[in-house]
Amino acid sequence: MSVIPRKRLVELSAQEISRYSRHLLLPEVSIEGQKRLKAAKVLIVGVGGLGSPLALYLAAAGVGTIGLVDYDVVEESNLQRQIIHGTKDVGRPKTASARDCIRGLNPNVDVIAHNTNLTSQNALDILHNYDVVVDGTDNYQTRYLVNDACVLLQIPNVYGSIFQFEGQATVFNAENGPCYRCLYPAPPPPGLVPSCAEGGVVGVLPGIVGCIQACETIKLIVGGGAGLSGRLLLFDAWRMKFRELKLEKDPECPICGEHPTIEELIDYEQFCGLRQDEEPVDNITAVDLKKRLDQGDELQLIDVREMHERAVFSFEGAKPIPFGQIAQRTAELNPSVEAVFICKVGKRSAHAIRVLREAGYTGKMLNLQDGTNAWARDVDTSLPQY
Amino acid sequence: MAVTILIPTALRVFAGVQAEVTVEGDTAGRAIEAFADKFPDIRQHLFDENNALRSFVNVYIGEKNIKTVNGLDTPVRDGDALMLVPAIAGGTGAI
Ligand SMILES: [Zn+2]
Repeated sequence: MSVIPRKRLVELSAQEISRYSRHLLLPEVSIEGQKRLKAAKVLIVGVGGLGSPLALYLAAAGVGTIGLVDYDVVEESNLQRQIIHGTKDVGRPKTASARDCIRGLNPNVDVIAHNTNLTSQNALDILHNYDVVVDGTDNYQTRYLVNDACVLLQIPNVYGSIFQFEGQATVFNAENGPCYRCLYPAPPPPGLVPSCAEGGVVGVLPGIVGCIQACETIKLIVGGGAGLSGRLLLFDAWRMKFRELKLEKDPECPICGEHPTIEELIDYEQFCGLRQDEEPVDNITAVDLKKRLDQGDELQLIDVREMHERAVFSFEGAKPIPFGQIAQRTAELNPSVEAVFICKVGKRSAHAIRVLREAGYTGKMLNLQDGTNAWARDVDTSLPQY
Repeated sequence: MAVTILIPTALRVFAGVQAEVTVEGDTAGRAIEAFADKFPDIRQHLFDENNALRSFVNVYIGEKNIKTVNGLDTPVRDGDALMLVPAIAGGTGAI
């Protein structure tokens, strides 16, 4: 049942035996389970919100080899949830910062830093050395890439993902169980579902979901227990509710089904629609908008941000119509007056223009390029960028 | 037949920021259709151009995915709850 074959087990030193005594006292783990942990090689893809608690707990548990894949550097706004990094690490590669932290916690762990983006070119080379892959990615193209590579290499994929207050976790591709494509055959087109950058995330949420992933990883290595394969765990931190849904293997799945059509890694940016140009909208820069307002042009300003964002600061003279209500409230716009749509970074506002166009709105529409962040940067520097 | 639609955070802004909404319908498809009629902004997130359920949204009745029953034609009973379970991904700066 363990993903580590018996022949790979290695002896524990006396120092290790005392260090891991609380594991050795559990009959489910015992000395053999601890030897499996020491022999295990686990790859963590993404050393962010999910990867932070994962890496820390797996290191503390005595996983012998931990690989880390990430190409990002630590940013200040990461520190609210990415607890493996500290204030002094801002600006450093996440893999380097995480490696130092793991070494401080448990010098027995061999850390392999892959300071790179995972791509179709390098994924199989990187993944094939590992017994378990843990998906802590925050984007669809890497998630499908990790899924497909794990199916092709037959490595279990411990999955977690988060949004605002909600999380999902399961184990894909274990014991002939379902994969991510069985659940979601294709990702949302870019721009359709808001991401954490605008949606926000409560910092402790990836901590909880990441710990669930760490627990599943340890069970795969030690063997035994009831794993999450075939069950999708949903967690709502705000209501503090766990739910469990059945997850079945799709016989039609293009990669793990009965007649797979995907036999090698594909172009995931294309698959996720990132190479497709979205229908263009007319942009106006913050500086030009300011000029036009100063010269008294008749414009209707539409702020599509949410109420809690307007609480950070409201855009003077703008009518608030949140992004999610645009189609319903089209009648509040006057098609004979030029409209300028405003959001935080200029993406939701562009999408609002496309929604209105599709709904048959005939008035002229402009998109405030780079949103209120550009306005705060280039026009009114007393306002915050957030 | 009154059916409750359970709405996850990711889709709530398109449904008047509500966590659940009650609609009428005797199949999963008709209940979701009624939901989308009530909140036009959510339609594009649930249905594609051919009115098929989008591939990044699953619908569960109890712990069963309607995909594994009879899809949008899956019958629903009075008092059933339909849970929308969309794909989620946190942290990207994509939008
Ligand atoms: Zn599959």
